[in-house]
Amino acid sequence: MIKVEGLTKRYARNVAVDNISFEVEKGQIVGFLGPNGAGKTTTMRVLTCFLPPTSGTAQVAGFDVLKDPIEVKRRIGYLPEAPPLYPEMEVCEYLEFVGRLKGLPKQELPRRIDEVSEKCAIGDVRKKLISKLSKGYRQRLGLAQAIIHNPDVLILDEPTAGLDPKQIIETRQLIRNLAGSHTIILSTHILPEVEQTCQQVIIINKGKLAATDSVENLTRRLRGAESVAVEVEGRDAPLEERTVRQRLEQLPGVSRVLHKESKDGRHHFEVESLQGRSIRADIARAVVEAGWNLQELRPVGLSLEEIFLQLTASEAEGGKKQ
Amino acid sequence: MNNILIICRKELKSYFASPIAYGLMAVFAVIAGYFFYVITAVFVQRSVESQMMGRGFPMDVNEWVIRGFLSNISVIGLFIVPMITMRLFAEEKRSGTIELLATSPVKDVEIILGKWLAALLMYSCILLISALNVALLFAYGKPDWKPVLVGYLGLLLQGGCLLAIGTFVSTTTKNQIIAGTATFAVCLLLWVFDWISYETAGWARVMSYMSVVAHFEPFAKGVLDTKDVVYYLSVIFLGLFLTARSLESLRWRS
Repeated sequence: MIKVEGLTKRYARNVAVDNISFEVEKGQIVGFLGPNGAGKTTTMRVLTCFLPPTSGTAQVAGFDVLKDPIEVKRRIGYLPEAPPLYPEMEVCEYLEFVGRLKGLPKQELPRRIDEVSEKCAIGDVRKKLISKLSKGYRQRLGLAQAIIHNPDVLILDEPTAGLDPKQIIETRQLIRNLAGSHTIILSTHILPEVEQTCQQVIIINKGKLAATDSVENLTRRLRGAESVAVEVEGRDAPLEERTVRQRLEQLPGVSRVLHKESKDGRHHFEVESLQGRSIRADIARAVVEAGWNLQELRPVGLSLEEIFLQLTASEAEGGKKQ
Repeated sequence: MNNILIICRKELKSYFASPIAYGLMAVFAVIAGYFFYVITAVFVQRSVESQMMGRGFPMDVNEWVIRGFLSNISVIGLFIVPMITMRLFAEEKRSGTIELLATSPVKDVEIILGKWLAALLMYSCILLISALNVALLFAYGKPDWKPVLVGYLGLLLQGGCLLAIGTFVSTTTKNQIIAGTATFAVCLLLWVFDWISYETAGWARVMSYMSVVAHFEPFAKGVLDTKDVVYYLSVIFLGLFLTARSLESLRWRS
C-alpha cells in the first residue's frame, strides 16, 4: 500500500530524512517510533504530498507523490500534529467543508458526517463552535476530518499527544477499530503505545532508519527474552557443529539456535530464549556436562527499548551541546 | 471550478463570522458617506451660486459629483485592501490549517483563486455601500448611468489588483499584522507614485505609470480605456502568479 524507497529530504542546513526505505502492507497499523526531531513528521509530510522529497520515491496505493499528487491525496487522510481546525466554524460545518474539499459528493455528505461523528464520539458537539471545544474533542474532530472521505491510508502524527490518560485509551481504541479497512501509519515517541496499537514498528533516529520489526518481536525482546552468544570447543577430539546444535536445541526454554561460524574447531552460536526465561545457566551446565569446553558465554542483542533509550540519550546530549 | 467555489465559500463565511467584515463596512460607510456629503454640498452650493449670478453654465452631476466621489473611494480602497487580505494565508500558516488545504486533492491554483475571489466579493460588498450614496443621486437627479458603471468596473479592477498583491504578501508570513502592514506599504507606494506625474523625465513617467490610482482616473471620468484594463489585468495576473510561486517555494523550503 505504501512503498518508500531511498527517501531523502534535505533542508537548507540539515538532512531531515536520510535514505529511508520501507513498505507497509494493506490493512496494517504501523508505528513510527523515534525521538523528537528524528524525521517522523517530515516523512509523513512527504507521504501526504505536503513536502516534495529531495531524492528517492514514495508511493501510496501505486501512485507516486511527485507524479500524481492529486491521486495520492484522494487516498490519504492526514491528521497533523496540531489538528487543522478553523476555530470560527461549527463542528458540523467544518466536517462539511473538509468533506467537500476531499471530493465527497454533496448527497453523501450528511451520511458520512453522521458516520464519522459516531465513530469519533463527537456527535454531542456537532453544533458547537470549534473554538469552544476541549483538547480531547479537538483531537477527535481532527481524526474525524481525516477519515471523512474513507481514505485507504490514514497518516496520524502523534494522535495521542497532549491528551489525558482516559482520552489516550479511547483514542487508541478508536485507531484499533479503524484498522482493517484502512492502512494506518501513526507516529509516536511513546513505546507502550506502539505495543498496544501497532503490528509493525519503524524506528528512525536523526533521519536514519534504525530498525523495522514486527511488534511481536519487539515485545518478545522487551519482555526479557534473551539472546546469548556461545562459543564451544571440543576438549580432546574435534567437535561436530551438528551435535552441539542438537544438544542446545534440546534445552528447555530455548526457542532458536543460530549457527554463526566455525573456526579452528570452535563453534559460535547465538541462542535465543523463550519469553522471560533465563537460559545462560542451563547452557553452561549442558556444555560442561557434555564434556566440551565453554569458551564464551555472553548476552547479546540490544532490546528495542535499549536502542530507543540510546537514541533518546544521544539526542539529549546533542541538545545540551546546542 | 467546484473546488474554487468551496474554498471561496469558506473564506466568505469566515469573513462574516468575525466582526472584521461588519467593522470594515461600518467604517467605510462613515468615511464614504462623509466624502459624499462634502462633494454633494459643494456641488449644490455652486449650482445655486451659478444660477444667482445668472450665468447658468451647465452643472454636470457625473462630472462634478460622481467623478470626485469615485476617485475618493479608490483611495479609501487602498486602506481597506490590507485588512481584507492580511489573514488569507498568514492565518492558515499560523494555525497549521494550510496542511489540510495542501494535503487535500485540490490544486494550489484553486486554493489561490478561491481565496482571491472571496476577497474580491468581500471588497464588492463594501463597494456596494457606496453605491447607496450614488443611488441617492439617481433618486434626485438624472445622472448618466453608463459612466457610473464604468467607474465601478474600474474600482473592482483596481481592488482586484491590490487584493492580488495583498494575497501574495499574505503567503510570505505567519503574522497577520506583518502581512497587513506590508500590504498597506505597497498600496501606499503604488498611490504615491502618482504624485510625481508632473515630472516629464523618463523614469518619472515609468513610475507614475505603475501607480494604480493613476490608471483609475479615466474610469472615474467614465472612460473605458483598454490600456488601463490591460494594466489592471496584468497586475492581477502578476499578483496571483507570485502567490502561486510563493506557495510552492514554501513547500520546498518549509
